[in-house]
Amino acid sequence: MKLERHSQTGILPPSQPERPTPSQGAWVQWVLIGIVLVYIALLLGIPAVNIFYQAFKDGISPFFETLIQPDFVSALWLTVLTALIVVPLNTFFGIYAALAIAHKKFRGRTFLLSLIDLPFSISPVVAGLMFVLIFGRQGWLGDWLQAWNIQVIFAFPGIVMVTAFITIPFVAREVLPVLEEAGTDQEEAAKTLGANPWQIFWRVTLPNIRWGLLYGVILTNARAMGEFGAVAVVSGNIIGRTQTLPLFVEDAYKSYATPSAYGAAVLLSLLALVTIFAKEVLERRTSFR
Amino acid sequence: MGITIEGVSKRFGDFQALYSTSLTIETGSLVALLGPSGSGKSTLLRLIAGLELPDTGRIWLTGRDATYASVQERNIGFVFQHYALFKHMTVRQNIAFGLEIRKASRAEIRARVDELLELVQLSGFGDRYPSQLSGGQRQRVALARALAVEPQVLLLDEPFGALDAKVRKELRAWLRRLHDEVQVTTVFVTHDQEEAMEVADQIVVMNQGRIEQVGSPAEIYDHPATPFVMSFVGQVNVLHPESVLSCQLPGIQGSQQVFFRPHDVVIETDPCSGGMAAQVQTVLHLGREIQAELLLQDGGSLWVHLSREQYAKTPIQRGQWVYVRPKAIKAFPPADKHRAVRNSSVFV
Repeated sequence: MKLERHSQTGILPPSQPERPTPSQGAWVQWVLIGIVLVYIALLLGIPAVNIFYQAFKDGISPFFETLIQPDFVSALWLTVLTALIVVPLNTFFGIYAALAIAHKKFRGRTFLLSLIDLPFSISPVVAGLMFVLIFGRQGWLGDWLQAWNIQVIFAFPGIVMVTAFITIPFVAREVLPVLEEAGTDQEEAAKTLGANPWQIFWRVTLPNIRWGLLYGVILTNARAMGEFGAVAVVSGNIIGRTQTLPLFVEDAYKSYATPSAYGAAVLLSLLALVTIFAKEVLERRTSFR
Repeated sequence: MGITIEGVSKRFGDFQALYSTSLTIETGSLVALLGPSGSGKSTLLRLIAGLELPDTGRIWLTGRDATYASVQERNIGFVFQHYALFKHMTVRQNIAFGLEIRKASRAEIRARVDELLELVQLSGFGDRYPSQLSGGQRQRVALARALAVEPQVLLLDEPFGALDAKVRKELRAWLRRLHDEVQVTTVFVTHDQEEAMEVADQIVVMNQGRIEQVGSPAEIYDHPATPFVMSFVGQVNVLHPESVLSCQLPGIQGSQQVFFRPHDVVIETDPCSGGMAAQVQTVLHLGREIQAELLLQDGGSLWVHLSREQYAKTPIQRGQWVYVRPKAIKAFPPADKHRAVRNSSVFV
């Protein structure tokens, strides 16, 4: 009787499932782990470390020489400015779209969902070309834009537009599953407690989606700073004017300015590392159980 | 007056969730909306809350027409089946939410939250997060949060549905006591007839988007208005007209189905007792009572529940032939029950 009581309250440990003996499974395990490690090292580890190695193998002065090149400074500024415009824009749009798709039932809901995924499925070069065909000199709006003396292609607006296009999915895609998992119960509860839509968003919805949102923003930022193909098509790669950081890296590499190429690559990687580090810090500081 | 519902109906796409329904719930009462899933009970509750808007009809809350009032304006407390606590807030912050929205002072909020934590017996748990609480504790926090804003009406949607049987039983008794203490008009939805009988003053039995009957637990059980109510509230045996004719029950016409509770029977072994002959199929000893399944001569089967005393008098066995006499039977007029209910206003 006493024994039964124990097992009911879970004091007795549950019976262990039978495990394969180590001699049987161990080598398979190690081979599989080994394959994964080699794969990661080859594709992720060595290339990433190599960038830093190449940039600093002749000391730190070539790196700093790169940093003060006017063309480099201009490329860096352009990249940062683009991200500063695109990231808030797509954060807003992403949240809005995810909220609409998760909480509202409307016609074209699934269509909107596939539309948001479009930039994932289209090659960035093709995306860039689409914009040239619309806003370029020979494009649909070419004459009209020229009449108003607005230059989109081979200029800053074009870079911002394609970057925005390419990075549309990230925030929406990261936030949507979180919203769907949370359901609408908490929002409805807040409503019954008298909260207006604005209060509900800031005090209930946003805190619930914050990690998904943060991750989406980081991905958006990384892509906005790193996008090459689409930007290469629309920017015209005019040195000192429409050359972004990734374009600068490629240009430097092609013209055998290898130290410059690696220096800029390091900075681009650092931008990514800083954002990930910022996320970690934020997560720790506001973490809760 | 607490809540008045006048000819309210609701349709979701092709599904008529609620047909035109009228109901009056008096101030301070504790009412259960009881029915199977899809009976419209949750829809009715959400309509009262304003979480859904009715297609037709009007809803009055404490004498005020609230048909088109927003959820925020209705001053209701709502408790969800899955608690719907704010996961990123502590218990205190959860309970304080409605008060903060109403811009109460800090001191006022602290005092009120303390008072509510005590009421729901969670005084030491204020700084925990919902994920650190058990299901029963979470539901009590949800209740405290709903009560914090001093609602005119407290609405609970299957409040104990996600809890295990033991906690559910405790919380029922606790809700009953709480209501006696707080005296707020309370409506709760449940599909569990035992829960409804145990907690509520009045039960509204619903089926397929319509109200079947309104009454006290005793009225619902002893005087069910429809076959549905009879079979949904408590167990029931149904006799087909053929079996009825063959044993000549008093006062019943041949074409009517006859209902009786499994415990309202006399079992005898004497063939001359005038009961229906049946063979014992199964005998279950459940401690407090003995349940047996009997097979009638026409192929129908019955369940009977015997007290220990009854069983001691006639200890039936599997395979034995016995004679069954229902003590209290009920037959329902074959009229269209739906039309009868639809056009009547029901008062609780």
